[in-house]
Amino acid sequence: MDVQTLTYLIVGATFALYIGIAIWSRAGSTKEFYVAGGGVHPVMNGMATAADWMSAASFISLAGIVSFVGYDGSVYLMGWTGGYVLLALCMAPYLRKFGKFTVPDFIGDRYYSQTARTVAVICAIFICFTYIAGQMRGVGVVFSRFLEVEVETGVYIGMAVVFFYAVLGGMKGITYTQVAQYCVLIFAFMVPAIFISVMMTGHILPQIGFGAELIDAAGNGTGVYLLDKLDGLSAELGFSQYTEGSKDMIDVFFITGALMFGTAGLPHVIVRFFTVPKVKDARVSAGWALVFIAIMYTTIPALSAFSRVNMIETINGPDSTGVPYETAPSWIKNWEKTGLITWEDKNNDGNIFYTNGEKNEMNIDRDIIVLATPEIASLPAWVIALVAAGGLAAALSTSAGLLLVISTSVSHDLLKKNLMPDISDQKELMYARIAAALGVVMAGYFGINPPGFVAAVVAIAFGLAAASLFPAIIMGIFSKTMNKEGAIAGMVVGLLFTASYIAYFKFINPAANVSENWFFGISPEGIGMMGMFVNFAVAFAVSKVTTKIPDDVVAMVESIRFPKGAGEAHDH
Amino acid sequence: MSFENNDKAAGYWRENLRLVLSLLAIWAAVSFGCGILLVDILNEFTFMGFKLGFWFAQQGAMYVFVALIFVYVAKANALDKKYNVQED
Repeated sequence: MDVQTLTYLIVGATFALYIGIAIWSRAGSTKEFYVAGGGVHPVMNGMATAADWMSAASFISLAGIVSFVGYDGSVYLMGWTGGYVLLALCMAPYLRKFGKFTVPDFIGDRYYSQTARTVAVICAIFICFTYIAGQMRGVGVVFSRFLEVEVETGVYIGMAVVFFYAVLGGMKGITYTQVAQYCVLIFAFMVPAIFISVMMTGHILPQIGFGAELIDAAGNGTGVYLLDKLDGLSAELGFSQYTEGSKDMIDVFFITGALMFGTAGLPHVIVRFFTVPKVKDARVSAGWALVFIAIMYTTIPALSAFSRVNMIETINGPDSTGVPYETAPSWIKNWEKTGLITWEDKNNDGNIFYTNGEKNEMNIDRDIIVLATPEIASLPAWVIALVAAGGLAAALSTSAGLLLVISTSVSHDLLKKNLMPDISDQKELMYARIAAALGVVMAGYFGINPPGFVAAVVAIAFGLAAASLFPAIIMGIFSKTMNKEGAIAGMVVGLLFTASYIAYFKFINPAANVSENWFFGISPEGIGMMGMFVNFAVAFAVSKVTTKIPDDVVAMVESIRFPKGAGEAHDH
Repeated sequence: MSFENNDKAAGYWRENLRLVLSLLAIWAAVSFGCGILLVDILNEFTFMGFKLGFWFAQQGAMYVFVALIFVYVAKANALDKKYNVQED
């Protein structure tokens, strides 16, 4: 069977599985729709959280980015895992004890204010929309490369599938579908990584092969370690050292921080900890989520290093002068058709050659690293098909989780809690479904007509979450004196500070976006961490000179600080 | 109030904060410390074929993160029992 038939089969089978699960687990009440009835097993919830978290960007792009920037890519690896420690230790158990459905619920109740709730809703919806546009685009790209349909058709198919199970199943349908999607995506990611690790180093675990000695075709050690080889190749070709990177230390520090604190402030992740039965489960569930994420995130840098060596050696040949185009491996020609690889024979010697600077003849898009790995390593056709299914699973699971937050924000936080407090559970559920449906359509629109700044927008989402929601939640739990004036002022100032810094360098004056002009050398990607400090400072200053918080709110803060009685807190 | 008295409630919270802060100190030390601020010094050492600072940034910090959460879960559950505020 050829690759394309296999891809249709495997992708079709996984889609049928997702839809089957959605029908089996459809939601009957708002509680099931919002938090899956609060009865999800912590290990299952951890798996669903991991699938929710690992988007098309993690699956398709991250290994490519690390492969091209080496050490600098560590900001994503540490940033997107370290946030879970904050979630587990500082947020999940307390928010579970609080026991309602959404992040704006917590902020609105804790700060006894509709204004605070509304600010939180706006943050949540904005963050989710930024994200989801990129996911739908990912679906389109996978479809167009592997199934050879138009990107638009791919987006429509993706929309239809997500629509079906998110609108029908709500959180309950999404959670169980995500468990299946996690299994598909992790299997699809690990199989090529293990293959390539065994081929290059003889180690089954890519995490070990990453630091090991390279072997030759006969399986004998060559005495050269992978990373030394990589540093050597980088030096030879004029790139900065793979293991040292080129970003300033302060920028690496702040970007890592913004991603960590942003992760802990993302509504679609936080809401997952409302779905487990107990406070104890919320704690351990965050641990399981990180285990499932770390399996992929510790493999990513290994895969990056393997692909980098493989790619340079394939293109430049054994004597590092380039190989003739006619005899180049077929993956180069396959990807040339998509425009993601281009070759310009500058010195007219008929050889392809990759290096840093003017002599470089190969323009290679970072996004192809994961998708092309099975071809580069000449793996069987079914592995290629599997990677396509994995990329789709990653994109669909994240889209569904985000859609749910959007629909909950509209039906619960905006309608039920603000505009029409008297509607029945069934009515609210109907509005939730309508909001989810509208969300799918809007996401699809952005997938087909992507704003030209998707990558820039993702930085905004993390920066804004770090500078707005994260401090408000932390102060809500750990301070008994933080009042509504302080929290609202902190959120608004943190949000404006971060958003205007990013907007200035990314949209208003992109030409000025160089480190000499940055505030203390912090790039727009890292400014969210500074915004967080600004938020804390403003909030404390304002709370000192405004009114004391009511006694019943103090009692609420005291009650969320220990687990006993979490069950009762939930049923009202 | 589920605690026997206010002293117990304050004691529970104090112990909880101490636990969280000490684990967060390790969290910051392996990522911001070993992976970023001290990376050049640690890169002088080799560990399993890696430069040590680079290993922390791309592998070690993540393993420690996972371990920290499970240590927290065990200790926090034990603390709940000690003050008798665990769930039924």
